[in-house]
Order: sequence, then C-alpha cells, then structure tokens
Amino acid sequence: MFKPKHAVLAAVLCSALVAQAADPVKVGIALDISGPFAAAGAEARDGFDLAIETLGGKLGGQPAEFLKTDFAGNPEQANQLVTRYLQRDKIDFFTGPIASNSALAVGPALFAAKVPFISSNPGPSQFAGKQCNPFFFGQYQNDTYDEAAGKFANEKGYKNMVIIAPNYPAGKDHLNGFKRIYSGALKDEIYTKVGQIDYAAEIAQIRAAKPDAVFFFLPGGMGINFIKQYIGGGLKEIPLVAPGFSADQDVIQAVGEPMLGLYNTAHWTHDLPLPANAAFVSAFRKKYDGRYPTVYAAMAYDAIMAMDAAVRDVGGKLDDRAAVAKALAKPSFKSVRGEFSYGANNNPVQNYYLRVVEKDAEGKLTNKLVGTVMEKHQDAYVGECAL
Amino acid sequence: MDAIFIFEQLLNGLGYGLMLFLLAAGLTLVFGIMDTMNLAHGSLYMAGAYIAAKVHESSGSFLGAVLVAIVATILIAALIEWLVVRRLYSRDHLAQVLATFGVILIADDLVKAIWGPSPIMAPTPAALTGPVQLLAELPYPAYRLVLLGVGLAVALGLYLLVNHTRMGMLVRAGASNRSMAEFMGVRVGRVFSFVFALGAALAALAGALMGPIGAVQIGMGEAILIPALVVIVIGGIGSVRGAFVAALLVGLVDTAGRAFLPPMLRAVLPPSLAADLGPALAGIAMYVLMAAVLTLKPAGLFPARA
Amino acid sequence: MSSVATLPLPAGAGARPRSAASLLPWVVLAVLAAFPLIAPAFGLEYYIGFVRRLLIVMIAATSLNFILGYGGMVALGHAGFVGVGAYTVVAMVEAGVGSAWAAWGMAIVISAVFAAAIGAVSLRARGVYFLMITLAFAQMLYYLAVSLRTYGGDDGYGIYTPLSLGGLDGLHADIFYWVVLALAALVFAFSSRVAVSRFGHALMGIRDNETRMAAMGYPVYRIKLVAFTGAGAVAGLAGALLASHNNFVSPSLMHWTESATLLVMVAIGGMGKRWGGPLGVAIWLTLAEVLKLYTEYWHWPIGLMLILVVFFAPKGVATLFERKEKTQ
Repeated sequence: MFKPKHAVLAAVLCSALVAQAADPVKVGIALDISGPFAAAGAEARDGFDLAIETLGGKLGGQPAEFLKTDFAGNPEQANQLVTRYLQRDKIDFFTGPIASNSALAVGPALFAAKVPFISSNPGPSQFAGKQCNPFFFGQYQNDTYDEAAGKFANEKGYKNMVIIAPNYPAGKDHLNGFKRIYSGALKDEIYTKVGQIDYAAEIAQIRAAKPDAVFFFLPGGMGINFIKQYIGGGLKEIPLVAPGFSADQDVIQAVGEPMLGLYNTAHWTHDLPLPANAAFVSAFRKKYDGRYPTVYAAMAYDAIMAMDAAVRDVGGKLDDRAAVAKALAKPSFKSVRGEFSYGANNNPVQNYYLRVVEKDAEGKLTNKLVGTVMEKHQDAYVGECAL
Repeated sequence: MDAIFIFEQLLNGLGYGLMLFLLAAGLTLVFGIMDTMNLAHGSLYMAGAYIAAKVHESSGSFLGAVLVAIVATILIAALIEWLVVRRLYSRDHLAQVLATFGVILIADDLVKAIWGPSPIMAPTPAALTGPVQLLAELPYPAYRLVLLGVGLAVALGLYLLVNHTRMGMLVRAGASNRSMAEFMGVRVGRVFSFVFALGAALAALAGALMGPIGAVQIGMGEAILIPALVVIVIGGIGSVRGAFVAALLVGLVDTAGRAFLPPMLRAVLPPSLAADLGPALAGIAMYVLMAAVLTLKPAGLFPARA
Repeated sequence: MSSVATLPLPAGAGARPRSAASLLPWVVLAVLAAFPLIAPAFGLEYYIGFVRRLLIVMIAATSLNFILGYGGMVALGHAGFVGVGAYTVVAMVEAGVGSAWAAWGMAIVISAVFAAAIGAVSLRARGVYFLMITLAFAQMLYYLAVSLRTYGGDDGYGIYTPLSLGGLDGLHADIFYWVVLALAALVFAFSSRVAVSRFGHALMGIRDNETRMAAMGYPVYRIKLVAFTGAGAVAGLAGALLASHNNFVSPSLMHWTESATLLVMVAIGGMGKRWGGPLGVAIWLTLAEVLKLYTEYWHWPIGLMLILVVFFAPKGVATLFERKEKTQ
C-alpha cells in the first residue's frame, strides 16, 4: 500500500543519491610537466594516471574528478593554481608538485583551508619540523635518503669522502642529512651553481682530494651532467653514492652505461618483493612500453591509493576534514613500499633500502635491490613538531 | 694547490670557453652580419643535440650522427628563416627578440611532443669514454680534448673564411653596406642565407658535441643561451674574434671562480660566511665580468660596428 | 566600419570620440571596483584574486612600458626590481615590521636605490648592450636570492601573518583588492600624466634622437636615469604587493624568463601606449591561465601568438583599438 510518507522518504532518498552523484570527490593535482622538473613531473603524472585507471576513476567507490593542470615548476604559478583549486573547484585533496619550493609555496593556503596535501614527492624539513601540519602527509622526508646513504657509507667503511650539492638551501639540507649519520672524515664539501652545465673544475678538485667515495645531491639535468663528466674524467675508481632520486630510472636512461655500479638509497624500489608492488610495476610496464617506474611514479600511485582508502574509511563523508586527516594518518591501503606508519609529524616511519644500478635480464640498466639500510626509520625533525 | 692542479683548471676553463664559443660564434655571426638577434639559436642547438643523440644511438656512428645533425638542423633553420626570420631582417631588435622567443616556445613543445619530456640518452663515442694521460699526474677526459680541438679548428676556420675567402669578402661587404654591395652586383640575399645556414650548422655542431657530456633535454638551449649571449656581448656583437676572446675569458673566469674562490675565501673569512659567500660569488662571476667590461667599454671588447 | 569613416563629420563630432576615450579609464576603473561586489553572485570569487594579481603585474608592466615605450630603454632585468621589492617586504617581516604601508614604502625606497645604482652603470651602454647589462644585474640579484639562507633561498619565504593595512583592516574581506586597484590606478594615471609632461616629451625626444636632445642642452643621461629609477621604484612596489598577494616570496620572481615575460607583455600590449601595459598583461596572463586548463602543451600557442603579433600588430594590440578610434 502506498502511503504519502513513503513518497516523501523516496524523494528524500532520491535527492540524497542525486546530490551524491552530482558532487564527486575532487582531487587537485598540480602537474610539473614543463620547466625544470618536467621529467620527474611526467613520471608522477604516469603514476597518477595508472592509479586513477586502476580505481576506475573512483575514490573509495565514490565518483571522483581529477583536475590536472601544469604549473611549469614555478612556485608562484603553483601558488596561483592552488588558489584556483581551493576557491573555484573546492577540492577535497591535493597532490602533485615535485620540488620542495613549490610544496612550501602552496602549503599554507591548503592548511588554512583544511585540505589534505598528500605529497607525492617533496618532504621538506620545514613541514616535518616547526611548520608541521595535520593536513600534510609526506611519502618520505627529504633528508632520510641522505641519512640512509650516510649509514651505508659507514657500513661500507668509507673513511674520507667528498660531498657535493647545488648552492641552495635544499642542497645544504641534503648534505646535512648525510653528515648527520656519516661518521668518517670529509675531505671537501663543494657547493655548485644552480643549473650548472660544466663540472670540470669540481671533478678536478675531487681528483686532487682522492676520497674513498663521493656523495652527491644534484637533481635533474645537473646530476646527468655531473655523472657523465665524472666517469669521462676517469674517476670510475672512486665510487659514487647518491640519494635515490639522483639515480632513478629517468636519470639512468639518460646517462646510460656510466651509471653502472652507482649505489643509491630510497624507501622504495621496483623489485621490492611485495604483491602490491609487483602488481603496480607490471601494470606500469604494461601501460608504458615496458619502462620501469621511478620513485616519483610509485609515490604518485600511492598518493591516489591513500586518498582512495581514506574516502572509504570515512564512509564518503568528506565534509569532516579532521576525520579525513585522521584516516589518512592511519594508512589502511597496501602501499607499494610495504608496511609503513605515520610518525607524530605526519611523515612516515618506514624502511630504507640500498639499490645499485645494474643490468636486468634483458640487458636494460636499472636499479637492483641490495638490502635494507634502515628499518622503521623516522626523520630527524619530528622533535621540532608540536603536533 | 700545486702547479698541475692550477694547470688542469686552466685547461678546464679553456674547454668550457671553447664550448661556449661554438654556440656564440654562430650567434654573433648572424647578429653581426645580418643585424638579427636570433634567440632561436638555442633551439637549433637543442635540435642538433637531439638529432645527433638519436642517430648515434641507432646507427652507432658518432661522426655520422654529427653530420646528420648538422644537415638536418640546417634544413630546420632554413624553414625557420623562410617562415619567420626573413621577415625580421628589417625590423628592430626587440621585434626579433620577441618573434624568435616565440619560436623557442613552439620548439620546446614540439620536442616534448616528439621525444617526450624526459632527458634522452646521448652516449659518448666508445673510443673516447676514458681519460688520456696528459702528464704523469694529469689524466684528462679524451672527449674533452676532442672538444678543445674542434673548438680551435672552428675558430681558425671561421677566421680564414671571413678574412681570406671570396665568400668572406662578400659577407663583409654585405654587412658593412648592404645597398652598396647590391649595387655592385652582390646577391646579398643569397649571402645572408649562407650565413644563416652557417650559424645553424655551428649551433648543431655545438649541440651534437655537448650531448655526450651534458643532459640532452628540453630547455637545454635556453640554459646555455644566456652564457653565450654574455660571451658575444663581452666580445662586441658581430665580432668573431671578440667572441673567441670573450668565450675563453668567460670560461676561465667561471672555472677559476668555482675552483679557487671558495678555498681562498675560506682562508680569510669565518667558515660559515665563506661557505655561503664563496659559491654565491663564483655563481655570478660571469655577470660581474660582463658588467665590468661594459662599464669600461660600453660596446664590448672588439666593437664590430664602430 | 568604412562607411562610417567616410561619412562627413558634423562640426563638433570630432570631440566626441575623444571624450569617450577619456571616459574609458573611469569606466574600466568603475567596473574593476565593483567586481568584488558582483563576483560572488556568479560564483566567481576565485577571479577576485586573479584580477588582483593582474592588477599587480600591470603595475610592473606599466613601469617597464614607461622606460621601454617612452624612453626606448629595452631592459631585460625588470623582474630584478620586482624581486628587490618583494625581498624588502620579507626583510621587513623578518625584522618584525607588521605594517603593510611601512613595508611597501620601504620596498619602493630600496628598489629605487637599486635601480639608481644599476641604472647609473647600465645607461652608459646602448641597445643590445643595455639589454644584456640589465640582464646581468638581474641575474646577480637572482643568484644572490637563491643562496640567501636567511630568507629561505631557493625554498622561498612564507609570510605567515599577513601584513596589516592599519585602519583599513577588517573593513571588508576584499579590502586588499581595492588597495591594489587604487595603487594600480594611481600608477596608470601618474605614468599617463608624466608621459605628456615636459619630462615625458624630453624622454621621447631622447628615444627618437639622443644626439639632438643632447645638442639642445638636455641632460640626457640624467633624464634617463631619473626615468629608470622611477620605473624601478614602481616595479619594487609591484613586487611588494605581490609578496602580500601570495604571502610567499621566492627567487623565481627574479628569474630572467620573468623579465622576458614582462617585456613580451608590454610589447604585445603596445609600447609607449598607455593601455599597452594593462592590455598586454591581461592578454598574456588570461591566455596562460585558460590554455593550461585544456592542454599540457600550452606554450606553443603563446609562441605562435607572439610571432603573429610581431608580424600583424607590430606596435602592439593597443594600436588596433587606436586605429579604430581614428577612423570613427
């Protein structure tokens, strides 16, 4: 029997459904696909796209909309883009930038609007320490790669090292991260020009210093220039050690043979023996012509998966931002890096691995997992965070 | 810091200077003779590097790759000249800068569409991968020695071409007084096309040779365009001799700044201040040099159009 | 259009377009002033910030247009002064100053000092040499900012407590917009006024024939230096406003491509036309904003437009409107 009460109920239900359908989860992705970080940015985009495809364009079973706009690696433009995402598109999640300076530029606006910023790459020390925020979620803190490299250098018994980085704060942070753990002597600490092309002068200095090994942080094209010229300069005998992003697949495929035997540290590698990782790597290689994914791609993939899990965990109620942040802080998805948890500063407590560049079965140059350098490691800045 | 170390650094400065000269020579030639500011020179450099890297990878022949890159880049340059640059000869420098800046924007997107946004592989020719022993204590990268040689050869070749050939005479005639030269029967348009092709060939050569020691990526042209512009301005725009001297000067000052300044500052200043100041000063040494030269000689060291 | 143009003009009709033209700035100003009040009704809140940014960049472009268009000084280092202004605000914030007026005022003074010093050296060079030497100084400032650890270096510097506007604070959510609008209008009016003053005419005279002006007894170098310093000071104001707009400053503000972009915007709009700066900025930034929404290949259409403007509107887009006005 039909009663008016039912009709009302049905109408309410319908309108609720309609409202839900009309209001997808909105994710703002700041793409970094032109400008200085284009190569890493394109990797990240491929990771995002694969995750979105895997999830059928949904998040936590809900319809979702993914906004993707390039900001050319420029912090100013990133800032502007985030303003648009917040004010016009009213996004529920944000991710994307490659460089720390862009992350630092957009952080405050996102935090003020209580929009979770799931970083797919940068983990600036500021956001891990004094400016930590419940709405920031890192994949790894920048210095942890260098700390792992420092630990590796100790274990390897390097007594004298030369360390080198570009002359800007991130460069100094990375070298400080290395120095924090490395206990041997430093023959020299070299700072180079940002965007430098020719490294002959520095390589001559390294040759004169005769160190046991060299640790370098030179992102993007700078690293490519440096490694090519270093090997060409006949310093093959002095091993190179680097944080993972200076020896990832994008750098390997541009440098080629000179990369062989380069030790580097990261919190993920494509041959980590985990089901979630194997599924990701094979799907990635299938979608992108057999290319191995980089850390950028893997973490971009994870960032979307983290959103998916969080939407599910809060039952689709995204208006309660604090609850969303809480769900994100307790990751319930199968990460490609394996188990990890968030520390008090929303930066991960996780393992760090040693990788070395070798040839795979097909003769392709790629990173190979050597072993675990640090287990359940938390960054050094957590003490400064008041969360 | 012994004598050999200093000698090595001077050699490094020379090498970097000659690399800059390869790019600057084409730029200054086109500017000096055609009075045309072609920012797209950096894009031609990028084209040369990409084509050489790709051909080298697939064919295995480095020499062949360089030649293919030069020919292909000349064709690209001819297209750009025909579509854009030809209409700019009679315009002011600002119009030339704007339009060729537009060409850069288009070229970068085009390269991204063809070869993707990631840097591509540019292998060093197998015979030249290692160092050679210059002195007992001084190994030096073989490939860099080749660069030094090519740079010097190009400098000599250009000198002979401009000063001792019939073509060079026509070029100089066209440059100093176009209408008079035309009146005397010189086909100035043809001379200009030759000069533009020569500039493109030099840019392609520079790009192809830089590939094995640098990142072949989008934006590589803009990154080296600025130092190359600094070189031609210090040298006096249009003067090949000026570009040569200025390139060596910039190479030496830049290298010396990076090699000697930080240790020197560390000797006289507190460590933290020296650590901040040294690299910062070394980074701007080239610009300080240019500002100083232009303050003393506002038209560069060897003003071509006095 | 042509039929209108060939109509015999009644007496006095010639005055009408002129009065319409002179009304135009007021109409634009009124529309811009009303925008924050109307925008929310159409869900365009975001564009309040967008327009505010346009206005700030217009201030910088107008100052460049002044030396470029009227003075013939092709400077490729103007973003350097924008950066000096922005970093002055950072230094003031770091020193504990909370007043926007004090910080902005100081930004104008400091960038004027920098512009005077750089101008004094650069103005001895001409043409491309001048262009390159201004670039050199801007590059020095850029590398200085990148390695300045105190103010964040390459990471940039976030301003976490927005500067106070004194008595204006809390009047309206968009009060900063109107302050920017008022300053932009002042700069526009001031530069239009100076352009037709004795000083402006002298400057244009120097642009057209420097030797003749010198022979006539004009202090050529001093006039150019005054113009250059003034333009630098105004660019510094734009930088200071940009710092407040973003609440973030980074060296990327001073990168040479930013200087080139300013130059390009002025050239697109129209050098030496008072609407040149504003028009160029509006076209360039709107295009960049819109194109990015649709494609990752958003550079080439801008490049193509640049080439087309050079060929078909060599004196800038502003002149297209001008011609129309004349034919009426």
